[in-house]
Amino acid sequence: MAEHAPMLTLRGLTRRFGGLTAVDAIDLDLAKGGLVSIIGPNGAGKTTLFNLVTGLDRPDAGTVHFEGQDITGLPPERLAAGGIARTFQLGRVFGNLSVMDNVLIGAHTRLRAVKPAVPVIGPLLELGLALLRPASVRDEEERLREEVKAILARFGERLLPRIDQPAYSLSYANRRRVEIARALALKPRLLLLDEPTAGMNPTETTEMQGLVAELKAEGLTILLIEHKLEMVMRLSDRVIVMDEGRKIAEGPGEQVRGDPKVIEAYLGHGLSGSGEQESAA
Amino acid sequence: MSSWLDYTINGLIVGNVYALVAVGLALIFGVSRLINFAQGSIYLVGAYIGWVAVVQLHTPLPLTIIVVAVAAALVGLIIERFGLRPLQNSVRIAPLLATIGISFVLDQLVMLTFSPNPRALPSQLPDVRFQVGGGTIGPLDLLIAGVGLTSALLLFVFLRYSKLGWAVRAASQDRDAAMQMGVDVNRVNQAVFGIAAALGGVSGLLVGMYYNQIDTAMSLQATLKGVVAEVVGGAGNVPGAVIGSLLLGLVESYGVAVFGTSYRNLFAFLLLVVVLVLRPNGLFASARQAPPEPLTGTFIAPSRPVRIPRWALLAATAVFAVLPFFPVSFYVLQTLINAWLLGMLALSLTLVAGTIGQVSLGHAALLAIGAYTSALLSLTLNVPVGLAIIGGGLMSAALGTALISPSFRLRGHYVSIATLAIGEIVSLVILNWESVTRGPIGISGIPPLSLFGYELISPNSIYGFSFVVMVVLALLQGRLLSSHLGRSFRAIRDDDIAARAYGLSLNRYKSLAFIFGGFAAGVSGGIAAHLYSYINHETFNTQQSILALTVVILGGLGNVVGAIVGAVALVGLPEVFRIAAEYRILIYGIVLLLLVRFRPQGLLGTI
Repeated sequence: MAEHAPMLTLRGLTRRFGGLTAVDAIDLDLAKGGLVSIIGPNGAGKTTLFNLVTGLDRPDAGTVHFEGQDITGLPPERLAAGGIARTFQLGRVFGNLSVMDNVLIGAHTRLRAVKPAVPVIGPLLELGLALLRPASVRDEEERLREEVKAILARFGERLLPRIDQPAYSLSYANRRRVEIARALALKPRLLLLDEPTAGMNPTETTEMQGLVAELKAEGLTILLIEHKLEMVMRLSDRVIVMDEGRKIAEGPGEQVRGDPKVIEAYLGHGLSGSGEQESAA
Repeated sequence: MSSWLDYTINGLIVGNVYALVAVGLALIFGVSRLINFAQGSIYLVGAYIGWVAVVQLHTPLPLTIIVVAVAAALVGLIIERFGLRPLQNSVRIAPLLATIGISFVLDQLVMLTFSPNPRALPSQLPDVRFQVGGGTIGPLDLLIAGVGLTSALLLFVFLRYSKLGWAVRAASQDRDAAMQMGVDVNRVNQAVFGIAAALGGVSGLLVGMYYNQIDTAMSLQATLKGVVAEVVGGAGNVPGAVIGSLLLGLVESYGVAVFGTSYRNLFAFLLLVVVLVLRPNGLFASARQAPPEPLTGTFIAPSRPVRIPRWALLAATAVFAVLPFFPVSFYVLQTLINAWLLGMLALSLTLVAGTIGQVSLGHAALLAIGAYTSALLSLTLNVPVGLAIIGGGLMSAALGTALISPSFRLRGHYVSIATLAIGEIVSLVILNWESVTRGPIGISGIPPLSLFGYELISPNSIYGFSFVVMVVLALLQGRLLSSHLGRSFRAIRDDDIAARAYGLSLNRYKSLAFIFGGFAAGVSGGIAAHLYSYINHETFNTQQSILALTVVILGGLGNVVGAIVGAVALVGLPEVFRIAAEYRILIYGIVLLLLVRFRPQGLLGTI
C-alpha cells in the first residue's frame, strides 16, 4: 500500500505508573486510510497506549500528532470533536440507555446545539434549544435517527430488532457491536478498536472481521488492538508488537509473525487464553 | 504566647478524637470502597451507652471504655451483617444510600430513647490542670491522647502481625486477588466494621466527657469531621487519616482562636473543599493514579420504567387541579401544598442525583438560597413576590452551580461528601453573614404570596399556585429529558469515561443539570419562605435533603412522575396514618433502607 499523508504520528510516547513503565518510548506512524494493528501479550501496554492517544490519560513524555497537529495531552472531549473515536476493551456502553440512544451519543459532537464553545452563553443556548426545540433541532434529531438505523443495519439483524432495548439487556457480543456503531456515528477520521472480537465465537468473529474490512475499504483509518492473529494478518497493512511497554517488532504481518523476539515474548509470558489459537478460515 | 500553646494542645486533642472516627472510616473505605455515613451514628450510640454506664450504672472508667467499645462493635457488626452484606452484588449507589438510611435510623432511635435534649456526661476524672510550658493540660487530655495512641498501636500490631490483619491489608490492596487467594472477605468486612465501630463509639464517649455534654446533633457533625479528616489524609489510607485528623484539629483550633467559635465548622469544610479540589486523592496520595478500571456494574438499578399512559397522567392532574373546588378540609390542602413544595425539590434532586448521577446530600442548601433571595428581594427591594420567587430560583441556579462546580471532577461517594460539605457551608455562611442574612435571628415578616398585586392568602389559592408551578416545572423537566440533553446526562451517569471519549464535557453538562435543578429547588424554597413568613439558617436542614433523597428513590431515580408520586406518598401517608412527627424521620430512614434492599429501582422505575 502506498504511503499517504500521515494521519497519526506518535513519537517517544511514554507513560509510567510508579516504577512500572506501561508505555515505553513508542513511535508509530499511521497513514490516512491505513490499518495498523497492535498485538502483544496481556499487560503489554496496548490499552494504555490507546488511552494516551485518545486523551483519557496523559503521557509522561513524547508527542501525539493527528493530521499534522500536536494533540498531546488534549482532553478526550476535544479529540472526539476532532474526529477520533474509539471502542473500549471491556465494553463501555451506557447500560440504561437504549441502543438508539447509545449510538446517538456517538453523534453528539455533530449536534448543532453543542457547537458554540463560548463559555456560559454556549451551554445556556444549548439548554434553551433543548427546551424550545425549534424545527431545525427536530429535523436534525430526525436525520440522526435515520442515520443510526443505517449504521445499525450494517450489523444485519443483530441490533435493529433491539433498537429500543436498554444496553444492559444485550449480550456481550451485541454490546461490542453497539460500541462500534456508536464510534461510527461520530463519523470518525481515525477509529481505534480495542479488541473488537473479544468474547465472540468464530462466526461472530468472521462477521466482525468482514465489517472492519468494509470500513477499511471505505477509506477509514484504523488502529486495531486484537489478539486473534488471523484477523490481524488479513486486515493489517502493518503490525506492531508490544511487550512490557516497548515496541519489540514492527512490519508486515508475515515478517512479524516469524520474528524470534515476538515468539519469545509470547511463549515467555505464556499463551494468554483465546488469543493465539489460529482457526483456519 | 501561652494561649497559642493551649490552642495547639486543644487542636491535637480534638484531632486525636477525630482520628478515632477517621481511622475507622479509612479501614472501611480501604476494604469496601465505601464511605460509611453511619460512622457518626455509632459515635453517637457510643456516647449514649457511655452515659448509661457512667450515670446509671456508675461503672469505673476502664470498664466504661470497655463496655462502650464492645457495645459499639456489636452495632457495627449488625450494620455490616444486615445492612450492607446483602447489598454486595447490588448497584454502586446502594451501599452509600444504605449507610445514610442506617445513620438516620440509629440517630432517631437514640433521640426517641433519650429525648433530643442535651445531657451531661461527667468525665470521671479529677478536675485538675497541670502547667506544661506556657499552657495547661488536664487528665482527660492525657486520657484522650493515651486512648488515641493505644488504639493506633493496637491497630498497627493487628494489621501487621495477625493473620486477620494481613487479610484486611490484602483485601484493601486488591479485593478480587485476595478473594482468589482464599481470603474470606466477609470475615474481613466484619473485622473492619467491628474495629471501626469500637473506635467510633469510644470516640463519642471521650468527646462527651471532654465537653461534658452529649446530644443527638453530634452524629452528623462527627460523620462530617471524620470524613473530612479521612479525605484530607487520602481515602483508605490509615496513617493518612490520623495525620489528616490532627491537621483538621489544629486548623479548627487556630481558626477558632482567630475568628471565634461559630467559624469552627466553616474551617473544617473549607479545608475539605480545598483538598477535594486540589488533591482529590488526599494529601499523601502518590501523584497520579492509574485511570480507574472500567466499571462493569451500573450506577443506578437497571429497570424499565413503568409506563403510565398519558390519559392517566392527565386525569390525575385534572383531579388534583379541581380538588379545591370540592369541599375538602383545610388540613388536606395544607398537606398537599407541602407535597407540591417537596415535589419541586424532588424534581430537582431526581435530575441531579438520578439523571446525571450526582447524589447530592446538601440539596436543602438550594432551598435556603432560593428562600433567602426571594425573602430579601421582596423585603428590602420591594420586588413583587412573583418576580422575587423567580429571582430566588435563578440565584439558586447560579450560586448553587458555582458552589458545586469545584466538585464536578469528583466521582461517586466524593460527590456526596462535597455536596454535604457545601450544604453545611451555605448554612454556616447564612448564620455568620449577619449584615445580609440577619444571622441567627433569621428573617421575619416576609410578605405573603402574591401575583400581579393580588395576595394569595386563602388555602385554595396557595394550593393552586404551588400546584401549577410544580406541574410547569415537571413538564419542563420532561421536555428536557426527551431532548439530546436527557440522553447526554444519562450517558454521563452511566459511564463518564465513555461519555468524555464521545465529546461530552462533564463540566458543561453537570453545570446545566445543576442550573436546571437549582432553579426548581430555588423556586420551591422561595415559595416556602413566603408561606412561612419567617426563615432562619435552620429552616432548611439536612433532614430535608435526606427526605428529598428518600422521595426520589421511592419514585425511581430520574423519574419525573416518580418524584411527585414519591413526594405525595411520603408527605401524605404519615398524615393518613396519623404518625407522630418524631417517628417520621425514623420511618423515612426505614423506607430508604427497605427500598435500597428490595426495590432499588423505586416504585415507577429508574430512567
